[in-house]
Amino acid sequence: MGRAAVYDGKHVVQTQSYGAEARGSAAKSEVVISDEPIKFPLVRKCDILVVMSQTALDKHLDNLKANGALLVDKDMVADVPESKARIFRVPATSMAEAEFKRRIYANAVMLGALTKATRIISRKAMENAIRDSIPEEMLRENLRGFQLGLQLARAP
Amino acid sequence: MKIELESKAVLSGQHFLNGDVACAEGALAVGCRFFAGYPITPATEIAERMARRLPQVDGVYMQMEDEIGSIAAVLGASYAGVKSMTATSGPGFSLMLENIGLAIMTETPCVVVNIMRGGPSTGQPTMPGQQDVMQARWGSHGDYEIIALAPSSVQEMFDLTIEAFNLSETYRVPTFVLADEIVGHMWERVNIPSAKAIQVVNRKKPENPPSEYAPFKPDEDLVPPMASFGEGYRFHATGLTHDENGRPRTDSAEVQQRLVQRLCEKIRRNADKIVKVERILLEDAEVAVVAYGIASRAALSAVRKARAQGIKAGLLRLVTVWPFPDKQIEKIAQKVKALVVPEMNYGQIVREVRRVAKETPVVFMSKLGEEPHKPAEILDALRRL
Repeated sequence: MGRAAVYDGKHVVQTQSYGAEARGSAAKSEVVISDEPIKFPLVRKCDILVVMSQTALDKHLDNLKANGALLVDKDMVADVPESKARIFRVPATSMAEAEFKRRIYANAVMLGALTKATRIISRKAMENAIRDSIPEEMLRENLRGFQLGLQLARAP
Repeated sequence: MKIELESKAVLSGQHFLNGDVACAEGALAVGCRFFAGYPITPATEIAERMARRLPQVDGVYMQMEDEIGSIAAVLGASYAGVKSMTATSGPGFSLMLENIGLAIMTETPCVVVNIMRGGPSTGQPTMPGQQDVMQARWGSHGDYEIIALAPSSVQEMFDLTIEAFNLSETYRVPTFVLADEIVGHMWERVNIPSAKAIQVVNRKKPENPPSEYAPFKPDEDLVPPMASFGEGYRFHATGLTHDENGRPRTDSAEVQQRLVQRLCEKIRRNADKIVKVERILLEDAEVAVVAYGIASRAALSAVRKARAQGIKAGLLRLVTVWPFPDKQIEKIAQKVKALVVPEMNYGQIVREVRRVAKETPVVFMSKLGEEPHKPAEILDALRRL
């Protein structure tokens, strides 16, 4: 998404945090997109929150602005608390499993849903960013997952 | 992560890169053709990038057994005439310090990148810190001066790595890029200029014939011209105190005095040329923040917010951390009623600021762990001054 924002001519900073474990720890990515140069690079209150697990939702929901957009992978998140946010329940994991038999592509589906739901980044830029970011051997699945996601997201 | 790789050193154009990768690209753009390293979070991506890119530009990447071997190989390659670099984090930097002392004593140009994480010891590998700034200055034994630069953006990871090489080649001194985990790992837009637009400084070579070459005889700028091994200039480089011909002189007070003095003075006397700071809204400032690296990003945001609230705040951002910008800070300390110093450590650069600020009060804001200073916290400190 950060790369796509650059393609759309925006200023962008992407940061991430993850644990020392090789796998299985919580991972978080933050993206700040702006028409102006970005001073502080981290997200304080977010406009959009995308969560791929219940733990992530429980931990980060407080950081979402009152009228923000919340995208949840509904296969991984059972309990979405009452909130004023616009909620998008995306069957990202089940869609990835049905289509590719691999849940690893759930994030590509989610990226499509995010693009459609928020319209922050153009679809073309996002597609180009996927092409420039994903290794050849997984590109087809990622693009397909992205397309599926684009068709999924609807306002509640 | 697929990144466009081309068989050229300068990838001119607009990119979306993380700080570590931008650092590697800066090194390649300024002519670095040797990297020896040992992976360590959060600096591994530099080694990874160099391992892929160096072979494309006829350079050499060496995977070493540890950090001691890494810095040793870097010194050897530099003496063979190749611009050389390694990258590490706190634990690896600790291991390198003995041979960094050798680089100082033998006046070997080299760049050491330290992407600082939380310490002491193995500390918090994936979390940011600014805890090695004093170690960079004083970590090796003996008296010496080094140069250290503190990037605060991905663009600066590119720009200041170039600058680090140029300074290292100019003064024949190890030069450090002291970044933190956030700056190393964050992704931003980076503009890589055309090869022509990049300023490249190469070390001075001897102009006299090999028979007359004295390897440690300085010019007026206190820096000796440097021959590369294999060029026909036979000489000895040693960690022992040595005379201008490179011969060990372990019993001469005069030689020791002259050498140590020169190693320090070649940097001190040129401090005005070396030191870079960024001055933001300082002309009429009544309070000011002194910050570097990641903390300076929050400081900038805080200063702008303070201005919007009618507080005359300014920011002095240290691009060069060593040699310390004494004059620049002194000038501001004399004008403002107080200074704020936010750092991701338990109090390091603030000691230098206090030394220079003398009577002007200095408020220190410590931060340890994952979260850097928030703009609101610095704003709050400015409001309370």
